[in-house]
Amino acid sequence: MEYKKRNFFLLEYLGRSLVTLCGLLMIVITIAIIVFIVSKGIRSFTQNHISLFDMLFSKNWSPNNPTNPSFGAVIFIVGSILVSIGAVIIAAPIAISLAVFTNYISPKFGEKILKPVLEVLVGIPSVVYGFLGVTLLIPFIRNTVGGVGFSLFAGIIVLSIMILPTIASIASDAVRAVPKDYLEASYGLGSTRWQAIRLAIVPAAKTNILTAIVLGLARAFGEALAVQMVIGNTVKIPKGLFDQTVTLTGILTMDMANTMNGTAWNNALWTLAMILLLISFLFILVIRLIGRSGGKRA
Amino acid sequence: MKHGLKLTVAALLLTGVMTGCNTKGTNKTPSTNAKLTGTISAAGSTALQPLAGEAAKEFMTTYPQVSVTIQGGGSGTGVNQVSSGAVQIGNSDVPASEKLSNPSAGKDLVETKVAGVGYSIITNKDVGVDSLTELQIQNIFSGKTTNWKDVGGKNEKINVINRPASSGTRTAFEKTVMKNVKINDSVGTVQDSNGAVEQAINSTPGTISYLADSYLAGGKKTTLKTVKINGKDSSIANITAGNYPFYSYEYMITKGTAKSPVKEYIDYVKGDSFSKKVEEMGYIPISKMKGLK
Repeated sequence: MEYKKRNFFLLEYLGRSLVTLCGLLMIVITIAIIVFIVSKGIRSFTQNHISLFDMLFSKNWSPNNPTNPSFGAVIFIVGSILVSIGAVIIAAPIAISLAVFTNYISPKFGEKILKPVLEVLVGIPSVVYGFLGVTLLIPFIRNTVGGVGFSLFAGIIVLSIMILPTIASIASDAVRAVPKDYLEASYGLGSTRWQAIRLAIVPAAKTNILTAIVLGLARAFGEALAVQMVIGNTVKIPKGLFDQTVTLTGILTMDMANTMNGTAWNNALWTLAMILLLISFLFILVIRLIGRSGGKRA
Repeated sequence: MKHGLKLTVAALLLTGVMTGCNTKGTNKTPSTNAKLTGTISAAGSTALQPLAGEAAKEFMTTYPQVSVTIQGGGSGTGVNQVSSGAVQIGNSDVPASEKLSNPSAGKDLVETKVAGVGYSIITNKDVGVDSLTELQIQNIFSGKTTNWKDVGGKNEKINVINRPASSGTRTAFEKTVMKNVKINDSVGTVQDSNGAVEQAINSTPGTISYLADSYLAGGKKTTLKTVKINGKDSSIANITAGNYPFYSYEYMITKGTAKSPVKEYIDYVKGDSFSKKVEEMGYIPISKMKGLK
Protein backbone atom coordinates (compact mmCIF):
# COMPACT_ATOMS: atom_id res chain seq x y z
CA MET A 1 0.00 0.00 0.00
CA GLU A 2 1.28 3.43 -0.89
CA TYR A 3 0.84 6.58 1.09
CA LYS A 4 0.68 9.75 -0.96
CA LYS A 5 2.95 12.27 0.67
CA ARG A 6 1.01 15.46 1.33
CA ASN A 7 2.31 18.79 2.42
CA PHE A 8 -0.18 19.81 5.09
CA PHE A 9 1.70 23.00 5.76
CA LEU A 10 1.23 24.15 2.15
CA LEU A 11 -2.42 23.13 2.03
CA GLU A 12 -3.10 25.10 5.17
CA TYR A 13 -1.77 28.34 3.73
CA LEU A 14 -3.24 27.64 0.30
CA GLY A 15 -6.67 27.23 1.81
CA ARG A 16 -6.42 30.38 3.84
CA SER A 17 -5.15 32.55 0.98
CA LEU A 18 -7.87 31.26 -1.37
CA VAL A 19 -10.58 32.21 1.07
CA THR A 20 -8.99 35.59 1.81
CA LEU A 21 -8.71 36.22 -1.92
CA CYS A 22 -12.43 35.61 -2.37
CA GLY A 23 -13.24 38.06 0.38
CA LEU A 24 -10.97 40.72 -1.06
CA LEU A 25 -12.38 40.09 -4.54
CA MET A 26 -15.93 40.81 -3.34
CA ILE A 27 -14.83 44.06 -1.71
CA VAL A 28 -12.91 45.14 -4.80
CA ILE A 29 -15.82 44.35 -7.14
CA THR A 30 -18.31 46.23 -4.98
CA ILE A 31 -16.10 49.29 -4.68
CA ALA A 32 -15.38 49.20 -8.42
CA ILE A 33 -19.09 49.14 -9.27
CA ILE A 34 -19.84 52.02 -6.92
CA VAL A 35 -16.94 54.09 -8.21
CA PHE A 36 -17.95 53.46 -11.83
CA ILE A 37 -21.59 54.41 -11.36
CA VAL A 38 -20.77 57.51 -9.34
CA SER A 39 -18.11 58.66 -11.79
CA LYS A 40 -20.54 58.37 -14.69
CA GLY A 41 -23.43 59.82 -12.74
CA ILE A 42 -21.47 62.89 -11.68
CA ARG A 43 -20.86 63.77 -15.33
CA SER A 44 -24.32 65.30 -15.62
CA PHE A 45 -23.24 67.92 -13.17
CA THR A 46 -19.61 68.38 -14.18
CA GLN A 47 -19.77 68.00 -17.96
CA ASN A 48 -23.30 69.08 -18.86
CA HIS A 49 -23.73 71.61 -16.06
CA ILE A 50 -27.16 70.52 -14.97
CA SER A 51 -27.97 71.91 -11.57
CA LEU A 52 -28.46 69.41 -8.74
CA PHE A 53 -31.62 71.21 -7.70
CA ASP A 54 -33.11 70.83 -11.19
CA MET A 55 -32.29 67.16 -11.35
CA LEU A 56 -33.80 66.31 -8.02
CA PHE A 57 -36.76 68.65 -7.87
CA SER A 58 -37.82 69.54 -11.38
CA LYS A 59 -40.78 67.80 -13.00
CA ASN A 60 -39.58 68.53 -16.51
CA TRP A 61 -38.08 65.52 -18.29
CA SER A 62 -37.51 66.13 -22.00
CA PRO A 63 -33.98 65.09 -22.86
CA ASN A 64 -34.67 64.91 -26.59
CA ASN A 65 -35.73 68.51 -26.89
CA PRO A 66 -33.22 69.88 -29.42
CA THR A 67 -33.24 73.47 -28.22
CA ASN A 68 -33.83 73.28 -24.51
CA PRO A 69 -33.39 69.82 -23.00
CA SER A 70 -34.43 69.41 -19.39
CA PHE A 71 -33.60 66.61 -16.99
CA GLY A 72 -35.87 66.65 -13.98
CA ALA A 73 -36.09 63.33 -12.14
CA VAL A 74 -38.93 64.06 -9.72
CA ILE A 75 -41.55 62.06 -11.64
CA PHE A 76 -39.41 58.93 -11.62
CA ILE A 77 -38.55 59.20 -7.93
CA VAL A 78 -42.18 59.78 -6.98
CA GLY A 79 -43.32 56.89 -9.20
CA SER A 80 -40.81 54.50 -7.66
CA ILE A 81 -41.72 55.57 -4.13
CA LEU A 82 -45.48 55.27 -4.74
CA VAL A 83 -45.29 51.80 -6.25
CA SER A 84 -42.86 50.46 -3.60
CA ILE A 85 -44.74 51.81 -0.61
CA GLY A 86 -48.04 50.62 -2.09
CA ALA A 87 -46.61 47.12 -2.51
CA VAL A 88 -45.31 47.08 1.06
CA ILE A 89 -48.65 48.26 2.45
CA ILE A 90 -50.30 45.26 0.82
CA ALA A 91 -47.58 42.66 1.33
CA ALA A 92 -46.44 43.40 4.91
CA PRO A 93 -49.66 42.56 6.79
CA ILE A 94 -50.09 39.38 4.74
CA ALA A 95 -46.48 38.39 5.38
CA ILE A 96 -46.71 38.98 9.13
CA SER A 97 -49.94 36.98 9.26
CA LEU A 98 -48.21 34.16 7.36
CA ALA A 99 -45.35 34.28 9.86
CA VAL A 100 -47.73 33.99 12.81
CA PHE A 101 -49.63 31.20 11.06
CA THR A 102 -46.57 29.09 10.33
CA ASN A 103 -45.20 29.42 13.84
CA TYR A 104 -48.15 29.39 16.18
CA ILE A 105 -51.39 28.38 14.50
CA SER A 106 -50.40 25.45 12.37
CA PRO A 107 -46.67 24.61 12.28
CA LYS A 108 -47.04 21.34 10.36
CA PHE A 109 -49.09 22.88 7.55
CA GLY A 110 -46.70 25.79 7.49
CA GLU A 111 -43.61 23.63 7.23
CA LYS A 112 -44.99 21.17 4.70
CA ILE A 113 -47.03 23.39 2.39
CA LEU A 114 -46.53 27.12 2.95
CA LYS A 115 -42.75 27.04 2.96
CA PRO A 116 -42.41 25.22 -0.39
CA VAL A 117 -45.10 27.50 -1.85
CA LEU A 118 -43.15 30.58 -0.82
CA GLU A 119 -39.96 29.08 -2.22
CA VAL A 120 -41.69 28.50 -5.56
CA LEU A 121 -42.95 32.09 -5.58
CA VAL A 122 -39.42 33.37 -5.00
CA GLY A 123 -38.10 31.20 -7.81
CA ILE A 124 -40.42 32.55 -10.50
CA PRO A 125 -38.47 35.00 -12.71
CA SER A 126 -39.67 38.59 -12.65
CA VAL A 127 -40.31 38.65 -16.39
CA VAL A 128 -42.87 35.87 -15.92
CA TYR A 129 -44.63 37.97 -13.27
CA GLY A 130 -44.67 40.87 -15.72
CA PHE A 131 -46.05 38.69 -18.48
CA LEU A 132 -48.77 37.29 -16.22
CA GLY A 133 -49.60 40.85 -15.23
CA VAL A 134 -49.94 41.94 -18.85
CA THR A 135 -52.06 38.99 -19.96
CA LEU A 136 -54.24 38.49 -16.86
CA LEU A 137 -54.21 41.52 -14.60
CA ILE A 138 -54.39 44.32 -17.17
CA PRO A 139 -57.53 43.07 -18.95
CA PHE A 140 -59.13 42.45 -15.55
CA ILE A 141 -58.48 46.03 -14.47
CA ARG A 142 -59.64 47.32 -17.82
CA ASN A 143 -62.89 45.40 -17.65
CA THR A 144 -63.73 46.32 -14.05
CA VAL A 145 -62.47 49.88 -13.70
CA GLY A 146 -62.15 51.00 -17.30
CA GLY A 147 -59.32 52.93 -18.91
CA VAL A 148 -56.33 51.24 -20.45
CA GLY A 149 -55.59 48.79 -17.69
CA PHE A 150 -51.92 49.75 -17.39
CA SER A 151 -51.77 51.57 -14.10
CA LEU A 152 -50.04 52.25 -10.81
CA PHE A 153 -52.44 49.73 -9.26
CA ALA A 154 -51.25 46.96 -11.58
CA GLY A 155 -47.66 47.75 -10.65
CA ILE A 156 -48.49 47.65 -6.95
CA ILE A 157 -50.27 44.27 -7.20
CA VAL A 158 -47.49 42.62 -9.21
CA LEU A 159 -44.82 43.99 -6.88
CA SER A 160 -46.61 42.93 -3.70
CA ILE A 161 -46.76 39.32 -4.92
CA MET A 162 -43.07 39.50 -5.72
CA ILE A 163 -41.92 40.85 -2.37
CA LEU A 164 -44.34 38.77 -0.27
CA PRO A 165 -42.02 35.73 0.01
CA THR A 166 -39.07 37.94 0.97
CA ILE A 167 -40.90 39.65 3.82
CA ALA A 168 -42.67 36.45 4.87
CA SER A 169 -39.57 34.32 5.27
CA ILE A 170 -37.66 36.91 7.31
CA ALA A 171 -40.72 37.75 9.41
CA SER A 172 -41.21 34.05 10.04
CA ASP A 173 -37.64 33.77 11.34
CA ALA A 174 -38.29 36.87 13.47
CA VAL A 175 -41.39 35.40 15.07
CA ARG A 176 -39.69 32.05 15.59
CA ALA A 177 -36.81 33.75 17.42
CA VAL A 178 -39.09 35.09 20.13
CA PRO A 179 -38.45 32.85 23.18
CA LYS A 180 -41.22 30.50 24.24
CA ASP A 181 -41.09 32.15 27.69
CA TYR A 182 -43.04 35.11 26.33
CA LEU A 183 -45.90 32.81 25.33
CA GLU A 184 -45.83 30.96 28.64
CA ALA A 185 -45.70 34.21 30.63
CA SER A 186 -48.65 35.56 28.71
CA TYR A 187 -50.66 32.41 29.36
CA GLY A 188 -49.69 32.65 32.99
CA LEU A 189 -51.28 36.09 33.11
CA GLY A 190 -54.53 34.60 31.77
CA SER A 191 -54.45 35.65 28.10
CA THR A 192 -56.01 33.78 25.22
CA ARG A 193 -53.74 32.53 22.43
CA TRP A 194 -54.68 35.36 20.09
CA GLN A 195 -54.11 37.94 22.83
CA ALA A 196 -50.69 36.41 23.49
CA ILE A 197 -49.77 36.60 19.81
CA ARG A 198 -51.09 40.10 19.27
CA LEU A 199 -49.86 41.73 22.47
CA ALA A 200 -46.72 39.81 23.41
CA ILE A 201 -45.12 37.85 20.57
CA VAL A 202 -45.47 40.21 17.61
CA PRO A 203 -44.33 43.32 19.51
CA ALA A 204 -41.34 41.35 20.74
CA ALA A 205 -40.39 40.49 17.17
CA LYS A 206 -40.95 44.06 16.03
CA THR A 207 -37.32 44.92 15.29
CA ASN A 208 -36.73 41.98 12.98
CA ILE A 209 -40.12 42.36 11.34
CA LEU A 210 -39.22 45.97 10.58
CA THR A 211 -35.98 44.74 9.04
CA ALA A 212 -37.99 42.33 6.88
CA ILE A 213 -40.26 45.16 5.72
CA VAL A 214 -37.36 47.43 4.80
CA LEU A 215 -35.73 44.60 2.85
CA GLY A 216 -38.99 44.05 0.97
CA LEU A 217 -39.17 47.80 0.30
CA ALA A 218 -35.64 47.79 -1.07
CA ARG A 219 -36.43 44.88 -3.36
CA ALA A 220 -39.60 46.59 -4.59
CA PHE A 221 -37.69 49.79 -5.29
CA GLY A 222 -35.14 47.99 -7.40
CA GLU A 223 -37.50 45.83 -9.45
CA ALA A 224 -37.37 46.84 -13.10
CA LEU A 225 -38.87 44.53 -15.66
CA ALA A 226 -42.11 43.33 -14.12
CA VAL A 227 -43.14 46.84 -13.08
CA GLN A 228 -42.20 48.39 -16.41
CA MET A 229 -44.42 45.91 -18.25
CA VAL A 230 -47.61 46.84 -16.40
CA ILE A 231 -47.31 50.41 -15.23
CA GLY A 232 -47.80 52.25 -18.52
CA ASN A 233 -44.56 54.25 -18.46
CA THR A 234 -46.17 57.63 -19.07
CA VAL A 235 -43.92 60.39 -17.81
CA LYS A 236 -46.32 62.07 -15.44
CA ILE A 237 -47.35 62.04 -11.79
CA PRO A 238 -50.35 59.71 -11.56
CA LYS A 239 -53.63 61.43 -10.82
CA GLY A 240 -55.10 58.39 -9.13
CA LEU A 241 -54.52 54.75 -8.34
CA PHE A 242 -55.58 53.68 -11.83
CA ASP A 243 -53.54 56.24 -13.70
CA GLN A 244 -50.24 55.48 -15.42
CA THR A 245 -46.80 56.53 -14.21
CA VAL A 246 -43.15 55.61 -14.61
CA THR A 247 -40.39 54.42 -12.26
CA LEU A 248 -36.64 55.08 -12.07
CA THR A 249 -35.90 51.49 -13.06
CA GLY A 250 -38.43 51.57 -15.90
CA ILE A 251 -36.97 54.62 -17.65
CA LEU A 252 -33.49 53.10 -17.33
CA THR A 253 -34.48 49.82 -19.01
CA MET A 254 -36.24 51.64 -21.84
CA ASP A 255 -33.74 54.33 -22.76
CA MET A 256 -30.27 53.12 -21.74
CA ALA A 257 -29.55 50.92 -24.77
CA ASN A 258 -30.64 53.54 -27.29
CA THR A 259 -28.65 56.53 -26.08
CA MET A 260 -25.01 57.07 -26.88
CA ASN A 261 -22.09 57.33 -24.50
CA GLY A 262 -21.14 60.87 -23.69
CA THR A 263 -24.40 62.57 -24.63
CA ALA A 264 -26.26 64.60 -22.03
CA TRP A 265 -29.17 62.14 -22.19
CA ASN A 266 -26.93 59.18 -21.47
CA ASN A 267 -25.24 61.03 -18.61
CA ALA A 268 -28.63 61.91 -17.14
CA LEU A 269 -29.60 58.21 -17.21
CA TRP A 270 -26.39 57.36 -15.36
CA THR A 271 -27.31 59.99 -12.81
CA LEU A 272 -30.68 58.29 -12.36
CA ALA A 273 -28.80 55.01 -11.81
CA MET A 274 -26.66 56.77 -9.21
CA ILE A 275 -29.77 58.09 -7.46
CA LEU A 276 -31.11 54.53 -7.39
CA LEU A 277 -27.84 53.29 -5.87
CA LEU A 278 -27.86 56.00 -3.21
CA ILE A 279 -31.45 55.22 -2.24
CA SER A 280 -30.51 51.54 -1.84
CA PHE A 281 -27.67 52.61 0.45
CA LEU A 282 -30.21 54.61 2.41
CA PHE A 283 -32.31 51.48 2.89
CA ILE A 284 -29.29 49.50 4.10
CA LEU A 285 -28.48 52.28 6.55
CA VAL A 286 -32.04 52.26 7.87
CA ILE A 287 -31.90 48.49 8.36
CA ARG A 288 -28.70 48.74 10.34
CA LEU A 289 -30.06 51.55 12.47
CA ILE A 290 -33.20 49.59 13.28
CA GLY A 291 -31.10 46.54 14.12
CA ARG A 292 -28.81 48.48 16.40
CA SER A 293 -31.57 50.27 18.29
CA GLY A 294 -33.60 47.06 18.65
CA GLY A 295 -30.60 45.25 20.06
CA LYS A 296 -30.01 47.91 22.67
CA ARG A 297 -33.60 47.73 23.91
CA ALA A 298 -33.59 43.96 24.35
CA MET B 1 -7.61 0.41 -11.79
CA LYS B 2 -9.08 3.91 -11.31
CA HIS B 3 -5.98 5.43 -12.80
CA GLY B 4 -6.36 3.37 -15.96
CA LEU B 5 -10.03 4.34 -16.35
CA LYS B 6 -9.22 8.04 -16.22
CA LEU B 7 -6.57 7.65 -18.90
CA THR B 8 -8.95 5.75 -21.21
CA VAL B 9 -11.69 8.38 -20.91
CA ALA B 10 -9.18 11.16 -21.60
CA ALA B 11 -7.89 9.36 -24.68
CA LEU B 12 -11.43 8.86 -25.99
CA LEU B 13 -12.31 12.52 -25.47
CA LEU B 14 -9.18 13.67 -27.26
CA THR B 15 -9.94 11.44 -30.25
CA GLY B 16 -13.47 12.77 -30.36
CA VAL B 17 -12.24 16.37 -30.37
CA MET B 18 -9.75 15.66 -33.16
CA THR B 19 -12.34 14.10 -35.46
CA GLY B 20 -14.83 16.85 -34.71
CA CYS B 21 -12.37 19.49 -35.81
CA ASN B 22 -11.90 17.93 -39.20
CA THR B 23 -15.37 18.38 -40.69
CA LYS B 24 -14.77 21.94 -41.92
CA GLY B 25 -15.32 22.30 -45.66
CA THR B 26 -16.04 18.67 -46.44
CA ASN B 27 -19.74 19.03 -47.24
CA LYS B 28 -19.89 22.60 -48.56
CA THR B 29 -19.84 23.30 -52.28
CA PRO B 30 -16.64 25.11 -53.24
CA SER B 31 -17.27 28.64 -54.49
CA THR B 32 -15.36 30.92 -56.79
CA ASN B 33 -14.39 33.59 -54.29
CA ALA B 34 -13.52 31.31 -51.39
CA LYS B 35 -10.41 33.32 -50.60
CA LEU B 36 -12.27 35.87 -48.41
CA THR B 37 -11.47 35.18 -44.77
CA GLY B 38 -11.92 36.82 -41.44
CA THR B 39 -14.51 37.54 -38.81
CA ILE B 40 -17.13 40.25 -38.79
CA SER B 41 -18.90 41.32 -35.63
CA ALA B 42 -21.86 43.66 -35.67
CA ALA B 43 -24.14 44.98 -32.99
CA GLY B 44 -26.91 47.52 -32.61
CA SER B 45 -30.39 48.08 -33.90
CA THR B 46 -32.88 45.32 -33.26
CA ALA B 47 -34.95 46.62 -36.19
CA LEU B 48 -32.09 45.90 -38.61
CA GLN B 49 -31.00 42.71 -36.85
CA PRO B 50 -33.27 40.25 -38.71
CA LEU B 51 -32.11 41.57 -42.09
CA ALA B 52 -28.45 41.61 -41.07
CA GLY B 53 -28.74 38.10 -39.67
CA GLU B 54 -30.31 36.73 -42.86
CA ALA B 55 -27.65 38.43 -44.99
CA ALA B 56 -24.96 37.01 -42.71
CA LYS B 57 -26.33 33.50 -43.17
CA GLU B 58 -26.29 33.77 -46.98
CA PHE B 59 -22.90 35.52 -46.93
CA MET B 60 -21.36 32.72 -44.91
CA THR B 61 -22.59 30.01 -47.31
CA THR B 62 -21.00 31.89 -50.18
CA TYR B 63 -17.77 32.55 -48.28
CA PRO B 64 -17.36 29.73 -45.79
CA GLN B 65 -14.08 31.10 -44.45
CA VAL B 66 -15.78 34.22 -43.10
CA SER B 67 -17.67 34.17 -39.82
CA VAL B 68 -20.26 36.83 -39.12
CA THR B 69 -21.98 37.46 -35.79
CA ILE B 70 -24.83 39.91 -35.34
CA GLN B 71 -26.01 41.08 -31.95
CA GLY B 72 -28.78 43.38 -30.87
CA GLY B 73 -28.68 45.91 -28.08
CA GLY B 74 -30.26 48.98 -29.66
CA SER B 75 -28.99 51.65 -32.04
CA GLY B 76 -27.19 53.48 -29.24
CA THR B 77 -25.28 50.36 -28.25
CA GLY B 78 -24.33 49.86 -31.89
CA VAL B 79 -22.81 53.32 -32.24
CA ASN B 80 -21.08 53.11 -28.85
CA GLN B 81 -19.51 49.77 -29.60
CA VAL B 82 -18.29 50.64 -33.08
CA SER B 83 -16.81 53.90 -31.75
CA SER B 84 -14.90 52.07 -29.07
CA GLY B 85 -13.75 49.40 -31.51
CA ALA B 86 -15.53 46.53 -29.79
CA VAL B 87 -17.37 45.61 -33.01
CA GLN B 88 -16.66 46.34 -36.64
CA ILE B 89 -20.17 47.29 -37.72
CA GLY B 90 -22.69 49.30 -35.74
CA ASN B 91 -26.28 48.82 -36.92
CA SER B 92 -28.41 51.87 -36.43
CA ASP B 93 -31.86 53.21 -37.30
CA VAL B 94 -30.64 56.79 -37.25
CA PRO B 95 -27.46 58.46 -38.51
CA ALA B 96 -24.83 58.54 -35.78
CA SER B 97 -24.61 62.32 -36.00
CA GLU B 98 -28.19 62.59 -34.77
CA LYS B 99 -27.47 60.70 -31.59
CA LEU B 100 -24.08 62.11 -30.72
CA SER B 101 -24.32 65.49 -29.03
CA ASN B 102 -20.64 66.09 -29.71
CA PRO B 103 -20.20 65.79 -33.50
CA SER B 104 -16.42 65.61 -33.30
CA ALA B 105 -16.72 62.37 -31.34
CA GLY B 106 -18.12 60.72 -34.45
CA LYS B 107 -15.89 62.27 -37.06
CA ASP B 108 -14.17 59.03 -37.99
CA LEU B 109 -17.43 57.07 -38.26
CA VAL B 110 -18.55 56.22 -41.79
CA GLU B 111 -22.24 55.55 -42.38
CA THR B 112 -23.61 53.42 -45.17
CA LYS B 113 -27.31 53.26 -45.96
CA VAL B 114 -28.06 49.59 -46.50
CA ALA B 115 -31.85 49.49 -46.75
CA GLY B 116 -34.95 51.51 -46.29
CA VAL B 117 -37.84 50.58 -44.07
CA GLY B 118 -41.41 51.78 -44.13
CA TYR B 119 -43.55 52.19 -41.04
CA SER B 120 -47.30 52.00 -40.61
CA ILE B 121 -49.76 53.55 -38.23
CA ILE B 122 -51.73 50.75 -36.64
CA THR B 123 -54.89 50.72 -34.57
CA ASN B 124 -57.01 48.25 -32.71
CA LYS B 125 -59.42 46.30 -34.91
CA ASP B 126 -62.47 48.08 -33.44
CA VAL B 127 -61.38 51.50 -34.68
CA GLY B 128 -63.21 52.06 -37.92
CA VAL B 129 -60.92 54.72 -39.42
CA ASP B 130 -59.14 53.84 -42.67
CA SER B 131 -57.08 56.92 -43.36
CA LEU B 132 -55.79 59.89 -41.42
CA THR B 133 -54.19 63.12 -42.57
CA GLU B 134 -50.83 64.15 -41.18
CA LEU B 135 -52.51 66.96 -39.26
CA GLN B 136 -54.96 64.53 -37.65
CA ILE B 137 -52.09 62.24 -36.60
CA GLN B 138 -50.21 65.20 -35.17
CA ASN B 139 -53.25 66.26 -33.16
CA ILE B 140 -53.79 62.77 -31.82
CA PHE B 141 -50.22 62.27 -30.62
CA SER B 142 -49.89 65.79 -29.23
CA GLY B 143 -52.99 65.25 -27.13
CA LYS B 144 -55.24 67.76 -28.91
CA THR B 145 -57.66 65.18 -30.31
CA THR B 146 -58.86 62.73 -27.69
CA ASN B 147 -61.89 61.03 -29.22
CA TRP B 148 -62.12 58.95 -32.35
CA LYS B 149 -65.34 60.68 -33.39
CA ASP B 150 -63.33 63.83 -34.15
CA VAL B 151 -61.44 62.05 -36.92
CA GLY B 152 -64.26 60.04 -38.45
CA GLY B 153 -64.55 57.10 -36.10
CA LYS B 154 -67.05 56.20 -33.41
CA ASN B 155 -67.43 57.80 -29.98
CA GLU B 156 -64.49 56.21 -28.27
CA LYS B 157 -61.51 57.51 -26.34
CA ILE B 158 -58.23 57.48 -28.26
CA ASN B 159 -55.58 55.50 -26.37
CA VAL B 160 -52.16 56.50 -27.63
CA ILE B 161 -49.28 54.03 -27.39
CA ASN B 162 -45.75 55.35 -27.87
CA ARG B 163 -42.32 53.78 -27.91
CA PRO B 164 -39.62 55.10 -25.54
CA ALA B 165 -38.23 58.50 -26.45
CA SER B 166 -34.88 57.08 -27.49
CA SER B 167 -36.32 54.44 -29.86
CA GLY B 168 -35.32 54.62 -33.52
CA THR B 169 -38.88 53.92 -34.65
CA ARG B 170 -40.19 56.85 -32.64
CA THR B 171 -37.42 59.13 -33.91
CA ALA B 172 -38.43 58.29 -37.51
CA PHE B 173 -42.07 59.01 -36.60
CA GLU B 174 -41.19 62.35 -35.03
CA LYS B 175 -39.05 63.39 -37.96
CA THR B 176 -41.31 62.43 -40.85
CA VAL B 177 -44.88 62.68 -39.55
CA MET B 178 -44.95 64.81 -36.39
CA LYS B 179 -42.34 67.24 -37.75
CA ASN B 180 -42.46 70.32 -35.51
CA VAL B 181 -45.30 69.09 -33.32
CA LYS B 182 -44.09 67.53 -30.09
CA ILE B 183 -45.44 64.17 -28.94
CA ASN B 184 -47.15 64.63 -25.59
CA ASP B 185 -45.47 62.20 -23.24
CA SER B 186 -48.03 62.59 -20.49
CA VAL B 187 -50.77 61.22 -22.74
CA GLY B 188 -51.21 57.50 -23.34
CA THR B 189 -48.77 54.76 -22.42
CA VAL B 190 -45.27 53.74 -23.47
CA GLN B 191 -44.36 50.21 -24.44
CA ASP B 192 -40.79 49.07 -24.61
CA SER B 193 -40.70 46.84 -27.70
CA ASN B 194 -42.51 46.03 -30.95
CA GLY B 195 -43.94 42.89 -29.37
CA ALA B 196 -45.33 44.77 -26.38
CA VAL B 197 -46.90 47.34 -28.70
CA GLU B 198 -48.58 44.61 -30.74
CA GLN B 199 -49.93 42.96 -27.58
CA ALA B 200 -51.28 46.24 -26.22
CA ILE B 201 -52.87 47.21 -29.54
CA ASN B 202 -54.62 43.88 -29.88
CA SER B 203 -56.02 43.79 -26.37
CA THR B 204 -56.99 47.42 -25.69
CA PRO B 205 -59.85 49.11 -27.56
CA GLY B 206 -59.30 52.47 -29.22
CA THR B 207 -55.51 52.24 -29.37
CA ILE B 208 -53.22 53.75 -31.99
CA SER B 209 -49.49 53.31 -32.43
CA TYR B 210 -46.72 52.88 -35.04
CA LEU B 211 -44.69 49.83 -36.09
CA ALA B 212 -42.00 49.08 -38.65
CA ASP B 213 -43.18 47.18 -41.73
CA SER B 214 -40.35 44.69 -41.19
CA TYR B 215 -42.10 43.69 -37.99
CA LEU B 216 -45.45 43.45 -39.78
CA ALA B 217 -44.10 41.26 -42.59
CA GLY B 218 -45.07 37.65 -42.81
CA GLY B 219 -48.76 37.52 -42.00
CA LYS B 220 -48.93 39.95 -39.12
CA LYS B 221 -50.42 42.57 -41.40
CA THR B 222 -53.61 40.55 -41.54
CA THR B 223 -54.16 40.55 -37.78
CA LEU B 224 -53.38 44.23 -37.18
CA LYS B 225 -55.29 47.09 -38.72
CA THR B 226 -53.08 49.57 -40.58
CA VAL B 227 -54.21 53.11 -41.24
CA LYS B 228 -53.28 54.94 -44.43
CA ILE B 229 -51.69 58.36 -44.27
CA ASN B 230 -53.42 60.83 -46.62
CA GLY B 231 -55.09 57.87 -48.31
CA LYS B 232 -51.83 56.11 -49.19
CA ASP B 233 -50.51 52.95 -47.60
CA SER B 234 -46.88 52.11 -46.88
CA SER B 235 -46.17 50.08 -50.03
CA ILE B 236 -42.74 50.33 -51.59
CA ALA B 237 -44.26 51.96 -54.66
CA ASN B 238 -45.82 54.73 -52.60
CA ILE B 239 -42.68 55.38 -50.59
CA THR B 240 -40.32 55.49 -53.55
CA ALA B 241 -42.71 57.76 -55.45
CA GLY B 242 -42.64 60.17 -52.52
CA ASN B 243 -46.32 59.74 -51.69
CA TYR B 244 -45.88 58.22 -48.24
CA PRO B 245 -43.81 60.14 -45.70
CA PHE B 246 -43.24 57.60 -42.93
CA TYR B 247 -40.00 55.77 -43.72
CA SER B 248 -36.36 55.82 -42.73
CA TYR B 249 -33.05 54.28 -43.66
CA GLU B 250 -31.12 51.56 -41.91
CA TYR B 251 -27.44 52.34 -41.46
CA MET B 252 -24.38 50.21 -41.02
CA ILE B 253 -21.66 52.29 -39.40
CA THR B 254 -17.96 51.51 -39.50
CA LYS B 255 -14.96 53.24 -37.98
CA GLY B 256 -13.15 54.56 -41.01
CA THR B 257 -13.83 53.10 -44.45
CA ALA B 258 -14.77 49.44 -44.39
CA LYS B 259 -12.04 46.95 -45.18
CA SER B 260 -12.33 43.39 -46.43
CA PRO B 261 -14.34 41.31 -45.50
CA VAL B 262 -16.57 43.95 -43.87
CA LYS B 263 -16.74 45.86 -47.14
CA GLU B 264 -17.89 42.79 -49.10
CA TYR B 265 -20.52 42.03 -46.48
CA ILE B 266 -21.99 45.53 -46.53
CA ASP B 267 -21.94 45.50 -50.34
CA TYR B 268 -23.77 42.18 -50.22
CA VAL B 269 -26.53 43.61 -48.03
CA LYS B 270 -26.94 46.52 -50.46
CA GLY B 271 -26.55 44.33 -53.52
CA ASP B 272 -29.09 43.21 -56.09
CA SER B 273 -28.72 39.49 -55.37
CA PHE B 274 -30.05 40.07 -51.86
CA SER B 275 -32.73 42.61 -52.72
CA LYS B 276 -35.45 40.00 -53.23
CA LYS B 277 -34.94 38.75 -49.67
CA VAL B 278 -34.96 42.36 -48.46
CA GLU B 279 -38.44 42.91 -49.88
CA GLU B 280 -39.65 39.58 -48.53
CA MET B 281 -38.63 40.54 -45.02
CA GLY B 282 -40.51 43.84 -45.20
CA TYR B 283 -37.63 46.23 -45.88
CA ILE B 284 -36.98 48.33 -48.99
CA PRO B 285 -33.91 47.55 -51.14
CA ILE B 286 -31.57 50.52 -51.15
CA SER B 287 -31.42 50.45 -54.95
CA LYS B 288 -35.08 51.47 -55.04
CA MET B 289 -34.56 54.41 -52.67
CA LYS B 290 -32.66 56.54 -55.16
CA GLY B 291 -34.08 59.99 -55.50
CA LEU B 292 -35.42 60.18 -51.97
CA LYS B 293 -33.72 62.26 -49.35
